[in-house]
Amino acid sequence: MKLSVRLAGFTALAAVLATACAPQTSGTSSSGKDEKTGTLRVWLFQEVDNQPKQRVVDAVLADFEKAHRGAEVTVEYIPVETRAQRVKAAFNDPRSAPDVIEYGNTDTAGYVKDGGLADVTRDFDAWSEARDTDPTARRSVTVDGRVYGAPYFVGIRALYYRTDVFRRLGLRVPRTQAELISTAKRVRAARPDLYGLAVGGAYTYGALPFLWANGGDLATGKGGGYASALGTPAARAGIEAYTSLFGDDNCPAAKCASWTGNDTVTAFAAGKAAMAIGGNFSHAAVDAGKAKGKYAVVPLPGVRAGSIAPAFAGGNNIGVLKSTSHRTLAVDLMKRLASKQAQGRLFDAMGFLPTFTDVREQAAAKEPFVKPFVDTLAAGTRFVPVTPAWAQIDSSLVLPTMFQEIVSGRKDVADASADAAKKMDDAFGSAG
Amino acid sequence: MRRTTVAPPAKRSAPATGARRAPATTPSRRRGPRPRGGWTPWLYLAPALAVLGALLVYPVYQLGLISFLEYTQAQVSGGEPTRFRGLANYTDLFADDQFGQVLLATVGFAAACVLGTLAVGCALAVLLTRVRALPRLALLLAALGAWATPTITGSTVWLFLFDPDFGPVNRLLGLGDFSWTYGRYSAFLLVLLEVVWCSFPFVMITVYAGIRAVPGEVLEAAALDGASQWRIWRSVLAPMLRPILGIVTVQSVIWDFKVFTQIYVMTGGGGIAGQNLVLNVYAYQKAFASSQYSLGSAIGVVMLLLLLAVTLGYLRLLRRQGEEL
Repeated sequence: MKLSVRLAGFTALAAVLATACAPQTSGTSSSGKDEKTGTLRVWLFQEVDNQPKQRVVDAVLADFEKAHRGAEVTVEYIPVETRAQRVKAAFNDPRSAPDVIEYGNTDTAGYVKDGGLADVTRDFDAWSEARDTDPTARRSVTVDGRVYGAPYFVGIRALYYRTDVFRRLGLRVPRTQAELISTAKRVRAARPDLYGLAVGGAYTYGALPFLWANGGDLATGKGGGYASALGTPAARAGIEAYTSLFGDDNCPAAKCASWTGNDTVTAFAAGKAAMAIGGNFSHAAVDAGKAKGKYAVVPLPGVRAGSIAPAFAGGNNIGVLKSTSHRTLAVDLMKRLASKQAQGRLFDAMGFLPTFTDVREQAAAKEPFVKPFVDTLAAGTRFVPVTPAWAQIDSSLVLPTMFQEIVSGRKDVADASADAAKKMDDAFGSAG
Repeated sequence: MRRTTVAPPAKRSAPATGARRAPATTPSRRRGPRPRGGWTPWLYLAPALAVLGALLVYPVYQLGLISFLEYTQAQVSGGEPTRFRGLANYTDLFADDQFGQVLLATVGFAAACVLGTLAVGCALAVLLTRVRALPRLALLLAALGAWATPTITGSTVWLFLFDPDFGPVNRLLGLGDFSWTYGRYSAFLLVLLEVVWCSFPFVMITVYAGIRAVPGEVLEAAALDGASQWRIWRSVLAPMLRPILGIVTVQSVIWDFKVFTQIYVMTGGGGIAGQNLVLNVYAYQKAFASSQYSLGSAIGVVMLLLLLAVTLGYLRLLRRQGEEL
């Protein structure tokens, strides 16, 4: 009795409050101002070894400040792991938000939907250097035909292998996916202390090339509506191929099921794996380990002999925030940070692949190491669905869950892929 | 988070005085004419109520409100308008198979943790009263060390102890490179051990304080009657300690139901294919990882209601048995 009286009181109180205050919504509509002086704030990602990147950026900023009297720039290097919180906070509170940010290209659609990024289509089209931007990079800044930033660099993955192990065991560099799998198992059989090909249940971007090489895809559709394609026979064949690499005959599920891409590269660098799928950005990490000087890189083989499995076109972009009060200056800074000259220098300093085709060719001529990555790029790359739903699919671990369910023997390929497809469709339905 | 919840029961852990004074004051207040003191108690309560209202009622109200809206990152940053969805978040939640599984796993896991914590805590509290000063000091220090260790540190250390490649436990038990976090139950067991380790000291010290407050004559009389240790605990100590045991049980239920850090750190955010998800981690995944704040809030509200029901039910049960808390 007493409880119900109290409950009634509480409900009444809640009703009063409900009319009084609603959860906060910030207006990220553009500020409308376009000041030509003042301080611009920039957020860039902090790399494992940040010094070389900082030198390249500092040179760009010096030129920028010379060109614009009265304009100052402060740069903050933010850790990649906490970027989601930082960027969300920036969108929520425009007053403390930066003017220019670096962001991962899979985040583009989500940030656009959140209303955070400014549409720079006209500025981008009017930019003379943008003509040489390769189509894949251009697609990674485009949502529904509008451009929301400038591509900064691309990240491509290829097959790292241990030359010494292959020579001693008399193995050939695999030329097809089937050969890749059998070679991995032969290494493991001959050298039980090594993983044949280090794979991870949570290594989505290492697994996707298997799916794409078999003719499968994550989703079909354009613009408005997407539908998951994980349940198709081609996609299933790819999932089957990738998950067949988990087991005591290559990479034991008890360890590898929870691995991410970094874990596989770490295992390779530590000399515990004969092969791994690593990025051009993993170069330094591998050189810092035991595998230094004893490895080579080739494009990941596709299904047919001599073909290359389509790689995921990862990379980062530079964008301008909608809330900036220095739009003209911010756009100019974006162009300078992502210019041909800056990207060329960034390649020299960090090994990040340029997004301009001509700059990339020069880079490949200078540094033979990037050749397999450029070849992979040239063979055609793929991307995740450009929709805000992808951020949700990615963060709710739909694909890692699917791979882990299969390799731990909980579900078969058909069931797990059907469940994952359903989760993806739910996300497409709710987040667009 | 944990430290703030510790404070109130710690105050109550000197229950003898509180319990003894209660009967003296309550009747006198009841006897006095009620209308006269009408506003005075409220006046005294006002500061506390204001603080509680600001720190507790308002967030809970926001939580409840958000759970009825469509509120994702797009709404927070103003990309899309906030929309009222009624109970749609809740129907989504209950239609989700995974939510049911996670809820079930959470209840089972919390129950196991509470039982483990209470058993270990009470056993060691009794042990404390039986041993000499030096071992008692050592045990107290060890327990306080476990209590003072930040959860994230404790979890990382346990994970290292049980590491398949480098952990000493596997070497000691001769388990080779057995991976504790791969199987669902072994992973839950590992986390359970850590949870019990870091929460038994609270139970132990509270119960120990309670046992010290039990008059020596009662125990002596029981011993003279020839009661065994187990019998003394069951028929003398446990009934006298019931209010204290009630408090520590409610506390443990609340803590263990809300366990987050241990699962998040030790199973890498929910284990292989989400096999070790508990409600709090699941809510975090929904609310913060995928920015579905409204769905996360709905999970929070469900948790709040469940805990409220369990706690009120338990308190009512205690009251009916004639104990004053």
